[in-house]
Amino acid sequence: MKLVIAIIKPFKLDEVREALSGLGVQGMTVTEVKGFGRQKGQTEIYRGAEYSTNMVPKIKIEVATTDDLAARVVEAVQQSANTGAIGDGKIFVLDIAQAVRIRTGETDDVAL
Amino acid sequence: MKLSNKIATGLGTLAVTALTAMPAWAQEAAEAAAPVPNKGDTAWMMVSTVLVLAMILPGLQLFYGGLARSKNMLSVMTQIGGAAALAMIIWVIYGYTMAFGPDASESLKPFISNFDKLFLAGVTPDSTGATFTDGVVIPEYVFIAFQMTFAAITVALVLGSVVERIKFSAVLVFALIWLTIVYFPVAHMVWAAGGLFFEMGALDFAGGTVVHINAGVSALVACIMLGKRIGYPKEVMAPHSLTLTFVGTGLLWVGWFGFNAGSALEANGSAALAMINTFVATASAALAWLVVEKLFGHKPSALGFCSGVIAGLVAVTPAAGNSGPFGAIVLGAVASLVCYIFVAKVKPALGYDDSLDAFGIHGIGGMIGAIGTGIVYAPSLGGPGGADFDMGGQLVTQVLAVVATIVWAAIGTAIAIFIAKLVTGLRVSPEVEVEGLDLGEHGERAYNS
Repeated sequence: MKLVIAIIKPFKLDEVREALSGLGVQGMTVTEVKGFGRQKGQTEIYRGAEYSTNMVPKIKIEVATTDDLAARVVEAVQQSANTGAIGDGKIFVLDIAQAVRIRTGETDDVAL
Repeated sequence: MKLSNKIATGLGTLAVTALTAMPAWAQEAAEAAAPVPNKGDTAWMMVSTVLVLAMILPGLQLFYGGLARSKNMLSVMTQIGGAAALAMIIWVIYGYTMAFGPDASESLKPFISNFDKLFLAGVTPDSTGATFTDGVVIPEYVFIAFQMTFAAITVALVLGSVVERIKFSAVLVFALIWLTIVYFPVAHMVWAAGGLFFEMGALDFAGGTVVHINAGVSALVACIMLGKRIGYPKEVMAPHSLTLTFVGTGLLWVGWFGFNAGSALEANGSAALAMINTFVATASAALAWLVVEKLFGHKPSALGFCSGVIAGLVAVTPAAGNSGPFGAIVLGAVASLVCYIFVAKVKPALGYDDSLDAFGIHGIGGMIGAIGTGIVYAPSLGGPGGADFDMGGQLVTQVLAVVATIVWAAIGTAIAIFIAKLVTGLRVSPEVEVEGLDLGEHGERAYNS
């Protein structure tokens, strides 16, 4: 099992969700986050005083998936979240050691 | 012709007659029948008075509070409320008589009135004060209350430069001293018959000199003496809620009609002129600030709009009844440009921490307005001046009044801050400053979530 974590531009969330639903992904977790990469944040100006905030609002998506689906999930996110501009985000793939559905106690692939 | 002069003269005469009335005079007066206040004028002045209160609570509180950081929101609101409340009490104890009481001795007359109306002695519901029109009066209590709100908002305006680091106790001590040695004398000098600037013929319809230059210069001196906030200008000190600042801006604009149109002291054409000028100068200044931001390479910002509104209101204050609508439009636009330069360029270059730009907008906008009033008063520019209006001479008078007010306010503020420091220590501890004055000075939080 793999955990796909993607940091994307907030306005891309709907497209990514549709792309993943098309693959048969059953669920995902979405978090509003802030951070920076090579984009180096943004500047705010109040009455002429400039503040570099360094932190840009992003969306973090977490999707747990079976091993055979993982590559297609990554591909779908990469394509649907892409604008070609700086700040499009990153995708990370981690191994999952165990998964348990709390309601039934089922484990691993069945629990996804 | 100054209305406030006339009213002061009227009130002064009233007091003098009360003191020196001879039986023969009394009989004569009774025969002449004293003028009775018009209910329309009285109603408008009562509405104007509470409109100015709305400028303070909650207008200025929200405007300034939104510009502060969230950890200091309540402290800003409490400082404004506390200073304004104190101003109201000392106004009726000795402020009114100092500013608008009976004539003092010849040598003191240019600076203050005498103390015969201490604790409003002799004022009754039947007492009246003159307006700008012969034979038209309003109840003296209404005039006292209207002027009381001016004292209250002026001292509150000063606080914009010192918030987020001054002790609450220091604010109250400062307010007491400052009102006594700066506000009451300046109000007398500009608005009362016999006052220094009044006799010079300085034009100040609703308080450009008395309120805005006075408060703005005092704010600059106070923030320099107090020192910068910890972290200024390196840390992010962005406004915590421009939404609230926008709400405050709206309340200030609405309340300002009481301030400006109320300063006609009657519900008449002069009040109507002040009203339309307060609309158009402000609209012009709000739009102009956005244009200036664009010209300097920035986006037109919400705070820019709000700042322009205040700059326009400040600039039109001395000109409200002393300008035509198109003179007011120009005045508002010029005020936006100059205030922007002071706020965005001069302040960072000089490095003083005028936290909420009390000097940059009220002080500078007030100066633009006071000096500009000497121009837009001209009948050739649509102003209400007479055909014999001498612009050069009027400008000299306006500049002299501005400079004298700057000097008076600067010295008086230095004394008031010095005394506040002796009595209270002036500044909160670094721990309290970093944690926020809401908890450190008042034991509450503005926002619990």
